[in-house]
Amino acid sequence: MDLQTLLQQMINGITLGSTYALIALGYTMVYGIIKLINFAHGDVYMIGAFVGLAMVVMGANIWLAIFVAMIACLCVAVTIERVAYRPLRGSIRLAPLISSIGVSIFLQTLMTLMKGPQPVGFPKVITNTIYTVGLVKISTVQIVILVVAAVLMIGLQLIIKRTKMGKAMRATSEDLHTASLMGINVNAVISFTFALGAVLAAAGGVLVGMYFNSVFPLMGVMAGLKAFCAAVVGGIGSVPGAVLGGLFLGVAEVLGVAMGLGSYRDAIAFGLLILVLLFRPSGLLGQPEQRKV
Amino acid sequence: MSMLDDFLRQFINPYYIQVLMLLGIYLIAALGLHLITGVTGQLSFGHAAFMSVGAYGAALINLHLDLPFLICLLAGGLLAALAGVFVGFPSMRLAGDYLGIATLGFGEILRVVFMNLEITGGARGLAGIPRETSLLTIYVLVILTIFALHRLQNSRFGRALVAIREDEIAAECMGIKSLWYKVGAFAIGSFFAGIAGGLYAHLLQYLNPGDFGFARSFELLCFVVLGGLGSIPGTVLGTTILTLAPEVLRFSSEYRMMMYGLLMVIMMIFRPRGLLGGVDLMRLVKRVLGSRRRGTATPAG
Repeated sequence: MDLQTLLQQMINGITLGSTYALIALGYTMVYGIIKLINFAHGDVYMIGAFVGLAMVVMGANIWLAIFVAMIACLCVAVTIERVAYRPLRGSIRLAPLISSIGVSIFLQTLMTLMKGPQPVGFPKVITNTIYTVGLVKISTVQIVILVVAAVLMIGLQLIIKRTKMGKAMRATSEDLHTASLMGINVNAVISFTFALGAVLAAAGGVLVGMYFNSVFPLMGVMAGLKAFCAAVVGGIGSVPGAVLGGLFLGVAEVLGVAMGLGSYRDAIAFGLLILVLLFRPSGLLGQPEQRKV
Repeated sequence: MSMLDDFLRQFINPYYIQVLMLLGIYLIAALGLHLITGVTGQLSFGHAAFMSVGAYGAALINLHLDLPFLICLLAGGLLAALAGVFVGFPSMRLAGDYLGIATLGFGEILRVVFMNLEITGGARGLAGIPRETSLLTIYVLVILTIFALHRLQNSRFGRALVAIREDEIAAECMGIKSLWYKVGAFAIGSFFAGIAGGLYAHLLQYLNPGDFGFARSFELLCFVVLGGLGSIPGTVLGTTILTLAPEVLRFSSEYRMMMYGLLMVIMMIFRPRGLLGGVDLMRLVKRVLGSRRRGTATPAG
């Protein structure tokens, strides 16, 4: 592989990886706070893609479509949390996990019933010009994805580090019970975390729909699992870790396919996941878990 | 084909016999997972992968070596147990959710490998497996599995597994080598998954790597958790309800899977520890019998 191909694949990989990162952030924030692997998150991303598609079909531009998708997913995720997870807080760890699998099946079937199982194409919303920068080519769609992802991630970082709610989130993820003793409304913080994750996933859904020109009810399954891998590889609970993990898996997947491992495409992310877990059990940027007696 | 199947076929719709056979197969696989997750407390999201090892193992041995069915089945189970040990050793450095995630990754890798191998028929799947499984074989094996697991749980080994589930550090302090016991539990649980896989292969006569994806692993985990973690009757009940639910919900035709998902959420909300979680069935039966006996002995009070 010569330098030009390598650089080109890096650009493609980073584009794919930043969409993984957008989904992975939702997994990692929720896990950081309530230690739940939210398997329904991939389906929230799928709903975001469908809402965005519906808006575009109705004639909205891409920014409005992303915005409406974000609002819709926010409502969906907060409802899911309220109905399916909150009653199970304080019961055994596996209970909300099973509940999330139930929600995931429900949402997938609902969308399949409403829209049919076949992939739907995404209408052209922006004129896609291809720019040549030095050795590599980059398209308008890719630039839009990279810019939106970067803006959202910086926004998220500002919310977590600079706002009062962000401080409450960090305190809750440190220790939920102590945080509630300090007067933090833990339920509100958890709802807010789900909302933030859903907003990012919705943007990811619309962007991916536009990038791959296809939206279908099961699109959240593989993307969700890989994004989840990305969160674990980066160190689950760590926000920069999720971004790093997403980019890492995206680049690895694209390079793997370019090197002729196309038929093993879906195994690349999981192989890396296992390798990283074996050598750094808490992920690249994760804090090692303390075992207390 | 056993005589019993032909006999039953005259009275029961063959479709229902097929459903009952699948139920038995899932029971065996779920009971294996019960040992790993319910008794030992180790999260596994890759149980279907062990099923696939057993299924492909048994089917390929039968197709290429032409050995008797039960030997193929056993070989499939042993191969799955070997895979369990292979996955178990490195994974045991990981605890809790991380172990679950690693097994999920393993399962997905295995599915993709089966999808690409020449000998397993690749993405086209493996066809032409003879039909050897019968209702009788399956339910004899279900009863054997329940018996074996019941004996195992009440042995020294089983008590060590429960100790690890309750508190691994305390168990280590009591001299239990938790690594060996955890890998042992993984191997035995995978063995049963392998047996179930072999039965599955010789029932459907066709294998496709897609049959053993993470969705099936999650399904098995749901069986175990919904029934009641750590309880054999709970696992049997959970598996039975969730396997038959889609058949019962058939009246709602296309809304079936939606209601299935909803059912899972509702069951979890009302019984977060599972249907029989925290219920000791033997003690319950004894108490009911005991109170009745006491009632007849002292009618006055």
